[in-house]
Amino acid sequence: MLSTLQPPRSLTLLPFRRFHGSKTIASLASSSPTLDASSVSPPQSQILTTRRSLLSGETTASEIAKSYLSRIRLTEPQLKCFLHVSENVLKEAQEIDQRISRGEEVGPLAGVVIGVKDNICTEGMPSTAASRILEHYRPPFDATAVKKIKEMGGIVVGKTNMDEFGMGSTTEASAFQVTANPWDLTRVPGGSSGGSAAAVAANQCMVSLGSDTGGSVRQPASFCGVVGLKPTYGRVSRFGLMAYASSLDVIGCFGSTVADAGMLLHAVSGYDRFDSTSSKQDVPEFESQFLSMDSFESKPLKGVRVGLIRETLEEGVDSGVRSATQEAASHLEALGCLVTEVSLPSFSLGLPAYYVIASSESSSNLSRYDGVRYGNQVMADELNKLYDCSRGQGFGGEVKMRILMGTYALSAGYYDAYYKRAQQVRTLIRKDFKAALDHNDILISPAAPSAAYKIGEKKDDPLAMYAGDIMTVNVNLAGLPAIVLPCGLVEGGPSGLPVGLQMIGAAFDEETLLKVGHIFEQTLNGSGFVPPTLPNVA
Amino acid sequence: MSTTLFRTIQPNHFTLLTTALLRTRRTSRHISVRCQTSTTTQQSSSQQQQPRTSAPKNHGSNKLDEILKDYEAVIGIETHVQLSTSTKAFCSCPNSYGSHPNTSICPVCMGLPGALPVLSSKVVDFGVRLGLALNCSLSLKSKFDRKQYFYPDLPKGYQISQFDVPIASGGYVDVDIPLEFGGGHRRFGITRVHMEEDAGKLLHSDAGDYSQVDLNRAGVPLLEIVSEPDIRSGVEAAEYGSEMQRIVRYLGVSNGNMQEGSLRCDVNISIRPIGQAEFGTKVEIKNLNAFSAMSRAIDYEITRQALLYNQGQADQIVTETRLWDEGAQKTVTMRKKEGLADYRYFPEPDLPEVILTQEYVDSIRASLPELPEAKRRRYEAMGLGIQDVLFLANDVSVAEYFDEVIGKGADVKSAANWLMSDIAAYLKNEELSISDVKLTPQELAELIAAIKDETISGKIGKQILFELLAKGGTVQGMIKEKDLVQITDPVEIEKMIMKVISESPKQLEQYRSGKTKLQGFFTGQVMKMSKGKANPALLNKILLEKLNAKD
Repeated sequence: MLSTLQPPRSLTLLPFRRFHGSKTIASLASSSPTLDASSVSPPQSQILTTRRSLLSGETTASEIAKSYLSRIRLTEPQLKCFLHVSENVLKEAQEIDQRISRGEEVGPLAGVVIGVKDNICTEGMPSTAASRILEHYRPPFDATAVKKIKEMGGIVVGKTNMDEFGMGSTTEASAFQVTANPWDLTRVPGGSSGGSAAAVAANQCMVSLGSDTGGSVRQPASFCGVVGLKPTYGRVSRFGLMAYASSLDVIGCFGSTVADAGMLLHAVSGYDRFDSTSSKQDVPEFESQFLSMDSFESKPLKGVRVGLIRETLEEGVDSGVRSATQEAASHLEALGCLVTEVSLPSFSLGLPAYYVIASSESSSNLSRYDGVRYGNQVMADELNKLYDCSRGQGFGGEVKMRILMGTYALSAGYYDAYYKRAQQVRTLIRKDFKAALDHNDILISPAAPSAAYKIGEKKDDPLAMYAGDIMTVNVNLAGLPAIVLPCGLVEGGPSGLPVGLQMIGAAFDEETLLKVGHIFEQTLNGSGFVPPTLPNVA
Repeated sequence: MSTTLFRTIQPNHFTLLTTALLRTRRTSRHISVRCQTSTTTQQSSSQQQQPRTSAPKNHGSNKLDEILKDYEAVIGIETHVQLSTSTKAFCSCPNSYGSHPNTSICPVCMGLPGALPVLSSKVVDFGVRLGLALNCSLSLKSKFDRKQYFYPDLPKGYQISQFDVPIASGGYVDVDIPLEFGGGHRRFGITRVHMEEDAGKLLHSDAGDYSQVDLNRAGVPLLEIVSEPDIRSGVEAAEYGSEMQRIVRYLGVSNGNMQEGSLRCDVNISIRPIGQAEFGTKVEIKNLNAFSAMSRAIDYEITRQALLYNQGQADQIVTETRLWDEGAQKTVTMRKKEGLADYRYFPEPDLPEVILTQEYVDSIRASLPELPEAKRRRYEAMGLGIQDVLFLANDVSVAEYFDEVIGKGADVKSAANWLMSDIAAYLKNEELSISDVKLTPQELAELIAAIKDETISGKIGKQILFELLAKGGTVQGMIKEKDLVQITDPVEIEKMIMKVISESPKQLEQYRSGKTKLQGFFTGQVMKMSKGKANPALLNKILLEKLNAKD
């Protein structure tokens, strides 16, 4: 069944070029990308495929739903991507089939099986942000993004695992389970949206929603070899997204293709009167960007100015990742882009500023989890004890650490030295990005300094883990859109580990990112990043 | 009618410490006021106060006077005004007082995960209105901040408020001190006005073994007004509070009801030896649900602190929050503050900045009603006495009624008299407000005119007034219907007089033999015959002629 849905996917590893250690290997993309040279057809949008096959009667939503549910049943014991799988998937699929059989119109996401990160509210379905303090909590409302998905016929298949409240880069900080990377079950899927990324990589769902505060969509996308799209701050309503750091949080999209991520973004984007920080900017019709390969010209990205951020290829970045990024730059050049190196002088200041701002805001945002109105309450005979025990037992270690850091940074006498200073850095970073984007249409960098690492490897070394966010946090500080898409493999695991390329665009210009990303993806030789480790259910 | 209430304050005895020094309201003012205008206040008010004061003048009181006159009180007031918007500040829940617990709540005001605040533009509107009314300068760009603390009635663990950039700042308010407290005019600085949200309420079980949270009030919009520490006495504080209440009612931004908690005043008070520049240790007083209580609490607190100073125990005045105990008529410690509370304010990231355009501000300025101070000055300029002025301007609906009456051309003084005497008495007896009465301003003006042009007598006027108040109708209609037109025809009056005289020969004889008091008898008889309609002046004039005629 799935094979009909996904003709380009197979479970044998395709002949990618690998980037070994520090050695620079031959280009992944041939120096002159010929559009018909690849023996493997480029990856196709699952959303479009679903739409086509449903409307043509080739298959039914129920059949699709059943196959995904069985795939989840089969793979979930190893992967643990989901904290909850919906009981209504088949019912919703049948409703879609009935509509189609009655000749009624169905939404653009009809039959699309979607995973939703557990910090995004789904009415009546557990939404816990992977925290004990919200164990069994079922919100009385859908997040705006979820509401839109449902209105367009999308089927929420379940809630995906994550680092508690989005705080972490490995999904190990979930209070409930550790998710494995489909490429190598001993490795982390990245985080905090590790469940959403791994679920798409493992084909447990077609697309998924995540959230990105400092890289939580892009870094796991890189680790899991899928496309992760972080939109401009304000593009997608945050209503119903459990706040971690309100000024940085965005809901983002995962897909196995750029087109899928882009179409999901289109579905959830737009102004929302329930979120005063959502933007009234028009949402363009992205779909027209996702042309098929045969319509590409020989230099389809001619004239697109690409800035390779110099600071992202400096020390501390794995040589394999560096090579892959450079090769990706060459590939873009071959597609007609004008690639130059740019410098963001404030680049290294972003990480500490990010951790001050994010921790500060989280210390405030998490105050509402006090055990008084909802969530786990530990009974006590005295008020402070009730707070103490409910929060003490409800929050995990990473969350407590960030609450403490944030509380400290906002305290009288420290505010200026930390929070205010971090905001000044933020202004600086915005300015540097603005300057770089005045001369470039997009900026590129690795999505993370390394490929996926081992479970437990950085668990006791938070600073090492935080350092892994260096490629992504600046983008959140500046509120810009960025897309991460697989650009190669490095050695590791049974059959290599994916490496993601990050493309950063100007505010509200997701369109350019999707266009460049789509062409990059479609022309990449041997594209189709399919993890090798999972049982074949096709 | 706060001022009316306030003016009838019964001073209480203040039992202080174990030494039980008694003092009166009057003596407190002695110490608390220094500026020239207020010095006159003390003297005249002390005269006024004396008859009301039942506290015995004992040695203690004299001694206390001596002590108090060496100190000056420094008082600032924080006023929370609950806005009468139809919805809460950041969600669309109805803003309704007195609903069943937790029926006016939603994910936003409950602080559910993922819920976000969206500011109601009405709150900004009201903030600008009040800011302008208090002569403040407005911040065209202000922002919201989070004030963070844990309490079960605070669902999000922080209150959305404004910290370093309030919507309005640097204003003032002018008040008239009522005559019975010495009169005079005072101006108090307004530090700032800022927008924020209210918290919910805790309901404690009778046995005290559990508490329940009612979030109906959580998220209700408030404006907090912070005064400069310009206030020097309980009387001034109460008048400041009353003026705030009048202003918010005039503006229509709040019902200003203290009992419902729509207007809440917290007092910060310290005293210092006269001549000392630094402020003393500040104490906060809460739980003041009437201006009279505020006045008494302040005077109590001044005395308490002065005695501590005087006994060399100034170190026992500590930064703390004290509650006014209405039953005991004293302030009691609620909680001691250990250092300054750290609310860890930071800019609210869920709300954009509040940007005001000059045109918007101008349009609100243009729509402001005449404010109490302007009304008082206008009434004063119209020749009304300060007592009348304060009465009329006190209640916005009375003032509006009065303005309409005189707008119809009614005599100012008569209009004021009718409102202050008969109509006020009627309202009080019937427990009504001016907006409840059936008598329209138009008809009151007609009534005043009818009396003035002698269509009806004043006495008749009073009679029909009550009917008009209760049932409505027009003056002309009533005059016609009841045939009440005053008889001003001398011939007709003379006829009646002659009839009465001829029917009362005995009385006439007595009168003419010197018992001139009997004139009243004749007047009464003629009035009775005319059914009260005879013009009294004319009647008396002709009657005297006839009685004294030597025929």
